[in-house]
Amino acid sequence: MLIAAGVAGWFLTAARPLPADFLAEVTPDAARGAQVFAAAGCAGCHMAPGSQDRTVLPGGRSFATAFGTFLAPNISSDADHGLGGWTDMQIADAVMRGVGREGEHLYPALPYTAYRAMTAQDMADLIAHLRTLPADATPSQPHQVGFPFNIRRALGGWKILFVPAADDWALNSAATPELERGRYLVEALGHCAECHTPRNLLGGLDRGRWLSGGPNPDGEGRIPNITPAALHWDTAGIAAYLQSGFTPDFDSAGGSMVDVIAGISQLPESDRLAIAAYLQALPPVETAAP
Amino acid sequence: MRRLPKTAALAATAAAVLTTFVAAQGMDPLQAAVQARQSQMFLFQFNLMTLGGMAQGNVPYDAAAATAAANNLVALSSIDQSSYWLPGTAMGEVEGTHAKPELFQNIEDVAAKVGALNDAAAAMATAAGADLASLQGAMQALGGACGACHQAYRAQD
Repeated sequence: MLIAAGVAGWFLTAARPLPADFLAEVTPDAARGAQVFAAAGCAGCHMAPGSQDRTVLPGGRSFATAFGTFLAPNISSDADHGLGGWTDMQIADAVMRGVGREGEHLYPALPYTAYRAMTAQDMADLIAHLRTLPADATPSQPHQVGFPFNIRRALGGWKILFVPAADDWALNSAATPELERGRYLVEALGHCAECHTPRNLLGGLDRGRWLSGGPNPDGEGRIPNITPAALHWDTAGIAAYLQSGFTPDFDSAGGSMVDVIAGISQLPESDRLAIAAYLQALPPVETAAP
Repeated sequence: MRRLPKTAALAATAAAVLTTFVAAQGMDPLQAAVQARQSQMFLFQFNLMTLGGMAQGNVPYDAAAATAAANNLVALSSIDQSSYWLPGTAMGEVEGTHAKPELFQNIEDVAAKVGALNDAAAAMATAAGADLASLQGAMQALGGACGACHQAYRAQD
């Protein structure tokens, strides 16, 4: 019985890559991929610490969390140290399924929890764009993760619990194309919930408190509630903030939100308005007591 | 910061007087320093409201008012702030601040970033009086200068 459970557990926790033909039907467009890259915020984590050059992606930025310290890897086009030697499907599996090149589970510091809902077109465009970026030969550094979180196989169980299906949205109904676009930008590419939604003890997102803020997962302070319970800016005010970094009363963004805005400000205004529309359509959730 | 030494000397004297004064009044000098820098930040914000309101089309463009606000930003970013950022006033050390401890370990970088803000404000002072499109164009760099420092040294709320 125990052996049967063990065998079942072993299969349950196996890595699940994308269908092999996931990218087969799409024609990659690297120029469009630049927009996906900006919306997905890749540079925010993968550029060198302190760098302002959003096209050079040697990794090295560290994220100190309750589960260990994660170091962003090199995702430049370098053949040895970056993604240069990876196939398109290997990149897609890493980004959307959290499956590494050796078939191992990747830690959800890479927000495949959100990217899981990316379209094949966006994924292909993003890969094409990444391949146009410069090579950088900085070696990736190992994560600093202690027992038991260093047992990667256990992440298979974590994924079953906390990675939703591709079409399982937190905001179920998106009645207009604009809301649908906003939902895709916020829940998939922008991975806003990674910081703006509180987490449970196992580090999974508490989807019942979607975007209602919580402790900063990577440092001091708290991340604000951006549901209508707390965010009272109008649509234009939210869009202007995402473009300029200025709040409607001209305070200015701080912390990692500055990086987010550096990406989102490169998108068309219609995308920022779509994000604003989505946020205003959310059910209001009161901020949990710290 | 990189203005006349005389300005810095005046500011230092004023700070010394102020520290003595607030101490005499029973106000905690560390709290006073936090309040001073937050007052300074609000003056930035107040003048940015004028420029940003015009840039976003919420307020009609007015060349004279825009120039005055931009000149205020130039002046504000020239003030010697060294007496505001006292050791022992980081987040976690005193109440009511979001200033990261890293700020106090990188004062030279902070000064460089304030210098960049002064440059962006000077560019705005030229742009603001020209026309609305120039003002809007200068807004991005100004926001970027605020963001550069806030990204590195201001903790999340």
